Amino acid sequence: MEVYLDNSATTRCFDEVVELTSHIMREEYGNPSSMHHKGVEAEKYVRLGRETIARTLKVSEKEILFTSGGTESDNLALIGGAQANCRAGRHIITTKIEHPAILQTCAYLEDRGFEVTYLPVDEHGQIRLADLEKAMRKDTILVSIMHTNNEIGALEPIAEAGALIKKINPGTLFHVDAVQGYGKAKIYPKKMNVDMLSASGHKIHGPKGIGFLYINEKAKVKPINFGGGQQKGMRSGTENVPGIAGMAKAAELLYRNFDADVRLMYQLRQYFIQGIKNFPDVKLNGLEGTDSAPHVVSVSFRGVRSEVLLHALEDRGVYVSAGSACASNHPQTSATLKAIGVEKELLDSTLRFSFSVFTTREEIDYTLAALGDILPMLRRYSRR
Amino acid sequence: MNNLFTTFLIKYAEIGVKGRNRYIFEDALVTQIEHAMKDVDGEFAVHKTQGRIFVDCLSEYDFDEVVEALKRVFGISGICPVICLEDEGFDVLAEKVITYMDQAYPDKNMTFKVMARRARKNYPKNSMEINEDLGEKILHAFPEIKVDVHHPDVLLNVEIREKIYVYSKVIPGPGGMPIGTAGKAMLLLSGGIDSPVAGYMISKRGVKLEAVYFNAPPYTSERAKQKVVDLAKLVSKYSGPIRLHVINFTDIQLYIYDKCPHDELTIIMRRYMMRIAEHLANQNGCIGLITGESIGQVASQTMQSLMATNEVCEMPVYRPLIGFDKQEIVEISEKIDTYETSIQPYEDCCTIFVAKHPVTKPNLGVIRKHEKNLEEKIEELFQTAIETDEVIEIG
Repeated sequence: MEVYLDNSATTRCFDEVVELTSHIMREEYGNPSSMHHKGVEAEKYVRLGRETIARTLKVSEKEILFTSGGTESDNLALIGGAQANCRAGRHIITTKIEHPAILQTCAYLEDRGFEVTYLPVDEHGQIRLADLEKAMRKDTILVSIMHTNNEIGALEPIAEAGALIKKINPGTLFHVDAVQGYGKAKIYPKKMNVDMLSASGHKIHGPKGIGFLYINEKAKVKPINFGGGQQKGMRSGTENVPGIAGMAKAAELLYRNFDADVRLMYQLRQYFIQGIKNFPDVKLNGLEGTDSAPHVVSVSFRGVRSEVLLHALEDRGVYVSAGSACASNHPQTSATLKAIGVEKELLDSTLRFSFSVFTTREEIDYTLAALGDILPMLRRYSRR
Repeated sequence: MNNLFTTFLIKYAEIGVKGRNRYIFEDALVTQIEHAMKDVDGEFAVHKTQGRIFVDCLSEYDFDEVVEALKRVFGISGICPVICLEDEGFDVLAEKVITYMDQAYPDKNMTFKVMARRARKNYPKNSMEINEDLGEKILHAFPEIKVDVHHPDVLLNVEIREKIYVYSKVIPGPGGMPIGTAGKAMLLLSGGIDSPVAGYMISKRGVKLEAVYFNAPPYTSERAKQKVVDLAKLVSKYSGPIRLHVINFTDIQLYIYDKCPHDELTIIMRRYMMRIAEHLANQNGCIGLITGESIGQVASQTMQSLMATNEVCEMPVYRPLIGFDKQEIVEISEKIDTYETSIQPYEDCCTIFVAKHPVTKPNLGVIRKHEKNLEEKIEELFQTAIETDEVIEIG
């Protein structure tokens, strides 16, 4: 049996997505900028894609920009947002548990004269609004907070943060990295005072190499790449037509049965957590129930090295991810796990299980049974 | 053809002195050069003529690519790029040689000497005359240049055959002996820095390589194995094809863990690795083992530990790095391009259960006694490990 529980890393494409993208690559392969019929045909997919994505967020299709994925969206939001607003100030706020696409971009901006405040999180991985309020300054031009943490599934108080930011300083741009959240929770930027929102195709059963950035039409953002002036000059480069169509198709399918699918995922997640709690010496990181994302479970297994457990599960056909990528001679411990105060001993003993709409109860049972076999064996042979 | 040089003359040092076996070494060198030239863009012919090896370039080629490929062939001591001229009379020859000298040596503040060889005896000038007349023309063309017949900076070789060959540059080769002239040995290849270097050094002496890697799933990852395959590929650029054996070592390791004192785990484990390596070596026609050990580098490489691992096999164990410091090993690994791959952080089976304080001076008697604890199942586990050997052909 093969059980894929690494959906926060990437997901399997929906069959309809595979069919549509290969059809476009084979038959309707035109360049949307071409004047002839082939170009018009391709442009239609870009337009439709924009409309579909815009509908899911309840925004205008003019506010959707296609990118190569979550990382590019995050880079554009931060660098483009900072550059366009640097006359108003050079202060940026983000959190300690962002994805490297945010943290590394902030480091890049720090090197170029911007000042960045990193908000701490509580033991569940959530920021405190009081900290945000304290950090806000007159010269704060940009706040970037993730919607769903990729390592433990913590949900950040986006709507509350949005309201707070705009109350203190209406000019401050609010960016949300929703790469893990889009498709798992309904997100309406306009209601939540979100000016920019990043998402990625391959996390929602769409293709890799495609993503989007929602940019509120009033927000000032400068492009960070230059060329043929596609997408109104905001993102030069021939549009990835099959990618755009594939991502839009995936979004369309996800939003078809959204509430029921998410409810089912929450039930499976809770079922899995109950099973996990039956094992001795395990610790769940993050919250239970709907206080957390529906698809991520982070568990620390005392006395077991995550890499070994990961490979032992792999032997049984179960694919998961290590809570923190780690090798004995090069420890690179996870920023999120550290930030929520996971004890040092458990940092290297943490696995992430992440679900999708494809995940079934049988797969969870199989995984729990495999853990039941493997854990005692691995605990017996530990490094002394 | 736009390339200045049309032929490369291959110089070899040691194999020149192997007496009546010389042809064996030369033929092996030709084979190895042919093998190395296979992946180079262009058409080439390798041939042995009058006791010299030439690589003729039959098409356009990239000079640097050819030299890089030849620099990896053990047995080559020098690579001489040769220009080949039609015989159009001595004056034309002199003119062309002067043009060549001008291009090849922008700074003329140097000494030189002409060394002519007249293989075609009907050429109007003899060797001495060519040396003198050509030298004079060069001196005349470049006022700064000087002649030094004893220690010239540039030795300009002119060979008069059907055509006329001119060369003066010698690019150093890797030295050593052509692969296949010595025998075959089994390299214990881990993912570290040392073992690929050890393999390189032994194969430099003409030894063909086979390799064994001990895999310990799930304690080691698929990427750790891929890293070893990558390392074997890099070594094979010098050594030629390598057959890599991947042995699943997990059960043996866990059994030792269960039955023996923890601080002796590494030593006993290494003894079983040597036993398995020797067994595979015998099965595959190898007549030696190669390890990357260096005295005192880690607990399992003290002299006492080496004695303990050495005593389990009869085959000679070649340890070319035995007297090397880490830094010296790193330098070679950088030269042969394995360093970057070696330092990728994947755990290998030697480190997963390593004790905090492993024995550094194992007592042979004690080790042998503790190995007796394994008698019940070790033979069966040993056989299973050998039988489930995964063979990967590399290069």
